[in-house]
Amino acid sequence: MDFSTISSVSLITSLMVAATPILLAAIGELVVEKSGVLNLGVEGMMIIGAICGFIVAVETGSPWLGFLAAMAGGAAISFIFAVLTQYMLTNQVATGLALTLFGLGFAALLGHSYAGVKPPKFGHLDIPILSDIPVIGPLIFSHDYMIYISLIIIAAVWYFLTRTRGGLVLRAAGENHDAAHALGYKVIRIRIMAILFGGAMAGLGGAYLSLVRVPQWTEGMTAGAGWIALALVVFASWKPWRIILGAYLFGGITVLQLNLQAAGANIPVAYLSMAPYLVTIIVLVIMSSDKKRASLNAPACLGRIFHASS
Amino acid sequence: MTALLSLLGLTKAYPGVIANDDVSFEIGPGEIHALLGENGAGKSTLVKMIYGLVKPDSGTMMLHGAPFAPPEPRAARASGVAMVFQHFSLFDALTVAENIALGMENAPETADLTQRIIEVSGKYGLTIDPFRMVGDLSAGERQRVEIVRCLLQNPKMLIMDEPTSVLTPQEVEVLFKTLRLLSDEGTSILYISHKLDEIKALCEHATILRRGKVVGTCVPKDETAKSMAEMMVGETLRTPKKHYTRHGAALLELHNLWLQSKDPFGTSLKEITFNLHEGEVLGVGGVAGNGQDELLLAISGEELTPPHAIQLKGEDIGQLGPNPRRERGLLTAPEERLGHAAAPDMSLSENAFLTGAMRQNLTSNGMIKTAATLAFARDIIEKFDVRTPGTENTARSLSGGNLQKFVIGREILQKPDVFVVNQPTWGVDAAAAADIRSAILDLATNGAAVLVISQDLDELMEISDNIAILSEGTLSAPRPTQGITIEQIGLMMGGTEVEHV
Repeated sequence: MDFSTISSVSLITSLMVAATPILLAAIGELVVEKSGVLNLGVEGMMIIGAICGFIVAVETGSPWLGFLAAMAGGAAISFIFAVLTQYMLTNQVATGLALTLFGLGFAALLGHSYAGVKPPKFGHLDIPILSDIPVIGPLIFSHDYMIYISLIIIAAVWYFLTRTRGGLVLRAAGENHDAAHALGYKVIRIRIMAILFGGAMAGLGGAYLSLVRVPQWTEGMTAGAGWIALALVVFASWKPWRIILGAYLFGGITVLQLNLQAAGANIPVAYLSMAPYLVTIIVLVIMSSDKKRASLNAPACLGRIFHASS
Repeated sequence: MTALLSLLGLTKAYPGVIANDDVSFEIGPGEIHALLGENGAGKSTLVKMIYGLVKPDSGTMMLHGAPFAPPEPRAARASGVAMVFQHFSLFDALTVAENIALGMENAPETADLTQRIIEVSGKYGLTIDPFRMVGDLSAGERQRVEIVRCLLQNPKMLIMDEPTSVLTPQEVEVLFKTLRLLSDEGTSILYISHKLDEIKALCEHATILRRGKVVGTCVPKDETAKSMAEMMVGETLRTPKKHYTRHGAALLELHNLWLQSKDPFGTSLKEITFNLHEGEVLGVGGVAGNGQDELLLAISGEELTPPHAIQLKGEDIGQLGPNPRRERGLLTAPEERLGHAAAPDMSLSENAFLTGAMRQNLTSNGMIKTAATLAFARDIIEKFDVRTPGTENTARSLSGGNLQKFVIGREILQKPDVFVVNQPTWGVDAAAAADIRSAILDLATNGAAVLVISQDLDELMEISDNIAILSEGTLSAPRPTQGITIEQIGLMMGGTEVEHV
């Protein structure tokens, strides 16, 4: 085994790159779940975002437009979920699963002629002097822009949920939709907006995969990232800051696994690829073993259908 | 005196039922006006129209002599109409201050709001801490949160929907003081209740609704509770008679039962000990959320306990599940009708089968005996006067009172030796409640031991031989009902509550 090829600085920077897609998707899903909706279609929304962002970035030559298109694409497909679950009162679990399957198939169809194409390069921060400092430079001042944006989004969501009236109303809808309705808040409208935000964030996370992390288009390239994002929301017990912790932890496992493989570690590859999912399961079991605490943090109306009866 | 709010010919129909039919009355400034009626008489629909949650089909409302038609609750609140809900419209996982902010149009900054909450709650004797989680509060404290939320908006009119159903008698006194103070300051109060003694004590005028129509008005002070009840129901009421029987051997014994609640906002049971005898009706009073649900779960077998903690006819049953307990003659009827006592989307015959399979012998070699099951369901419907088109209707399609009669009837017809029921008449109209109570008494007269958990003290006084109070998970020693007063029970229920008010 040769671990000398694993440098800790590059390990951390690649860890952040690996973590950003699930971080974005998870913060979107966190807002959705806080409003009381369980959208299991994260994987589908991510891959739609991945292909929409990829096509637009390739056709226009601008990764920024690609990211915008990815958000629009993710939001558009989540709107289908919103209409079905909020107006037609379909079961959220079944609809979310259907959304994932639909997204995977539809993205494959859209991306048919884009396999093997190279997307335009996405820029990264480069501040003279600061970015050149050893260790600190690459760790803090030389990431691509989307990593900074993703952290800003986390901070903004935290501020919105805990410090603004809009955030309070959103949490209220997830906590007790009947009471929120009785007070005159538009539960369905709040939830649809949350679902659209969740779709846009999942799309953004997907586009980060196809435009920055990989960067190219292959069918099914999200490879379960959406599911990890869902688990991450529970792992973070619905708190935005813990999403960063969890995403970087899961990202770290993924990167370490790649690095160990490259270093020729004497562990079968299959075990290493399993690792992120195994850790997810183990963490979830530990989290939910204390039933009382887990259910305290969960939005009380999560996944329950709201029907205004009066 | 010009009226503050006048209603003229309000009508609202839902498919198949006219909830309000040409309802008119007036409320003066500072007046406490009672709205009386049975469940389903249309009280809730009427106040929802005043509060802007429901639009009337026809009819008009005037507030201060100007037309008043709030399109949504915000508009009603802006015009000075505030409402305290029957089922509290609060959010468990949010703090008191956050809950109050949600009910206000222009909520001030947190610091200002906290200050104002403390001011208003001090002025009206409604002590609450703005930073506590609502989920941790007692029912009385939650109601204070709701009232303070209304008062912060300086309402001209306060609507109170069944405000006392979850309060101890002492808490009711505190509430009435607050309401009288508000009335003296010129705030009108529309008070909805079916507790006639309270209305006599508090209200100046009353309007009585039956099947959506105004059937009379009265001055409650000049009426008796019985005369108002008969106006409400439209027929003379019979009260179930208690038959005093000699109590036999102890059938159900609880020894030092401790049970950790699985619900994060639930109450754990502490050191519950009592004996329930043949022919005895033991009433367990107390405000909801003091361990009632947990007690029922422990006795029904849904939660397991150390074997010795629960004994049925001398046998340790703490580790037995619900079916073995049913087999041994211990039957239960939980409070939550839809989803706990009955499966909402299954038919009545299927629901009858679910608890009756064992004792009524409704299976053979794992197959359902359809004919016997139907006969059992039909028997329940007939003997307990359940109003339903047939045995194949779903449980959900029945009204609350009818389903309750079905659920109770299903257990009683299985001839239990020990019967435990939680809130037997909650949300049930007066006539059906009287039927249910007399069925319970008949059961005890025939030698069964009955445990009735209820928040309705009048009900417990009426049917139980002994009464005990569940408070924060501990049960007081049972005392004979004869010779005990409501005030004494109230003190047993919430002695700590009274002190800091």
